Amino acid sequence: MVAGGFGVGKTTFVGAVSEINPLRTEAVMTSASAGIDDLTHTGGKTTTTVAMDFGRITLDQDLILYLFGTPGQDRFWFMWDDLVRGAIGAVVLVDTRRLADCFPAVDYFENSGLPFVIALNGFDGHQPYSPEEVREALQIGPDAPIITTDARHRSDAKSALITLVEHALMARLG
Amino acid sequence: MTTPPASQGSYGTHHGPYDDDGDQPLVRPYAMTGGRTRPRYQLAIEALVSTSVEPVQLQGLLPEHQRICQLCMAEVKSVAEVSALLAMPLGVARILVADLAEAGLVAIHQPGHEGEPGGQPDVTLLERVLSGLRKL
Ligand SMILES: Nc1nc2c(ncn2[C@@H]2O[C@H](COP(=O)(O)OP(=O)(O)O)[C@@H](O)[C@H]2O)c(=O)[nH]1
Ligand SMILES: [Mg+2]
Repeated sequence: MVAGGFGVGKTTFVGAVSEINPLRTEAVMTSASAGIDDLTHTGGKTTTTVAMDFGRITLDQDLILYLFGTPGQDRFWFMWDDLVRGAIGAVVLVDTRRLADCFPAVDYFENSGLPFVIALNGFDGHQPYSPEEVREALQIGPDAPIITTDARHRSDAKSALITLVEHALMARLG
Repeated sequence: MTTPPASQGSYGTHHGPYDDDGDQPLVRPYAMTGGRTRPRYQLAIEALVSTSVEPVQLQGLLPEHQRICQLCMAEVKSVAEVSALLAMPLGVARILVADLAEAGLVAIHQPGHEGEPGGQPDVTLLERVLSGLRKL
């Protein structure tokens, strides 16, 4: 999963490593549900749609990795619950100018127990904070790796994924 | 899981088939699935779908079932790709793929957490993914 606040570079990250242009799938939720404020009424039923971008990396003849960008609206937790099942882990992208935007994603993965890494996306071409400063500011536990990245670069996105899978493996073996 | 020869043919569009304003018809896909909104078993969004049906076996199927089979003939596709490439909501793709699986027309592969959706990927799978990523 690739998570983070709005405009943090999730789709850019997916596109940078995917072998296909990111595709978009939509899930439709029917019936009234607490926490959803953007509702359309269709034939007496209440529906709302949530869109997700995703990419694909063929790693081996019989091994395909899918990268799902989480829905932009953090309130669609039902979709996150769906994605987290069977997931290896999450890259939480953080715009260092708007650190707090990643709080919902970090809280979600801490609670669900899915291994995650924090990837600092330096928008202004530089990284104003060190990873340890961010760890302190965001109250991230000592286990989750914090790295810097440029979501537009394939090599950066690739190494963020490698860090994540290494971390997930350590978590499983530890 | 076996992967038929790669084909990029079905990825012609730059973006998914949906507009951001989500104005696609909602009624028809659900009517098409007979009013069911829940597959009999929950397919993972990343579950892979493959088929080796002959074109002649497609006759008489719903057009949407036929399109799914045609899509997964060239190359194995995930449920997410079926949804995105055939412009149907994820829940509808899940139901239609489950129908086809039940009829024995497609095979489903959910690696690493053997038939148990919700299971975590196993260590062997993680190791394979890691070595695959390093070789990219
Ligand atoms: N300078 C810079 N711009 C970026 C970076 N990552 C994404 N962007 C830009 O930020 C904007 C939002 O990115 P997008 O991937 O759509 O964000 P999303 O909402 O998280 O999917 C786009 O215009 C990207 O080109 C980065 O690392 N550096
Ligand atoms: Mg996006």
